Amino acid sequence: MVHFTAEEKAIIMSLWGKVNIEEAGGEALGRLLVVYPWTQRFFDTFGNLSSASAIMGNPKVKAHGKKVLTSFGEAVKNMDNLKGAFAKLSELHCDKLHVDPENFKLLGNVMVIILATHFGKEFTPDVQAAWQKLVSGVATALAHKYH
Amino acid sequence: MSLTKTERAIIVSMWGKISTQADTIGTETLERLFLSYPQTKTYFPHFDLHAGSAQLRAHGSKVVAALGDAVKNIDNITGALAKLSELHAYILRVDPVNFKLLSHCLLVTVAARFPADFTAEAHAAWDKFMSVVSSVLTEKYR
Repeated sequence: MVHFTAEEKAIIMSLWGKVNIEEAGGEALGRLLVVYPWTQRFFDTFGNLSSASAIMGNPKVKAHGKKVLTSFGEAVKNMDNLKGAFAKLSELHCDKLHVDPENFKLLGNVMVIILATHFGKEFTPDVQAAWQKLVSGVATALAHKYH
Repeated sequence: MSLTKTERAIIVSMWGKISTQADTIGTETLERLFLSYPQTKTYFPHFDLHAGSAQLRAHGSKVVAALGDAVKNIDNITGALAKLSELHAYILRVDPVNFKLLSHCLLVTVAARFPADFTAEAHAAWDKFMSVVSSVLTEKYR
């Protein structure tokens, strides 16, 4: 199980407080679909995903991105028990959504890159390391109930 | 998997900016790699890996210079990196999983320094480019 030091928690919470969830969520999901086009397989009902600009401007992508990132906020609040916090979502992603857990890793890394573009110099190697730990922990938690 | 004309144009154009900070970008990429993925340090037992170490700086420069070669010969990355491909296959034998980790850290470094340029489209082009470079470097592994 992943364990966060007090310093790592502080780093994560401090940055999270400055994130615009709606904007960053849309950005994250959009970039996932642009950079790794095969991930579009889960979003047949989303309409126009034919180009980078279509994807980034797509209202369904933005809305769903916001949903995903809002849920990620639960991770920040429950860093000591990610598996517990994401148990239900894990079941959902396995039984109903049928999402390969590899995709959680892809999305996590896209999120890290977005944080880098938003925070620039502030996103130091130390800050990145704490966030890599978190996105990795969330990916593991979301895969935990797979069967 | 090969780069489209548009993707090559994006890479080449951004490299102009990146190369002006080549050395620091190389160093920062490695710092990020060793902090986020401590297991990668196992390939450098002979290095002083503290921030600011001369070895870290030299090695970072080396890595970025090699990427520069790939960019300058973007139509023939296989040819440009042939010697490095052999080096990684027969001497260094870095496990292939680590190329993804280094690539990610380079992208984070570039994204942090050039946020306006690192659009979704540029992100995709760079991710693909690093994937091609990684393939070339692991081509002769077995």
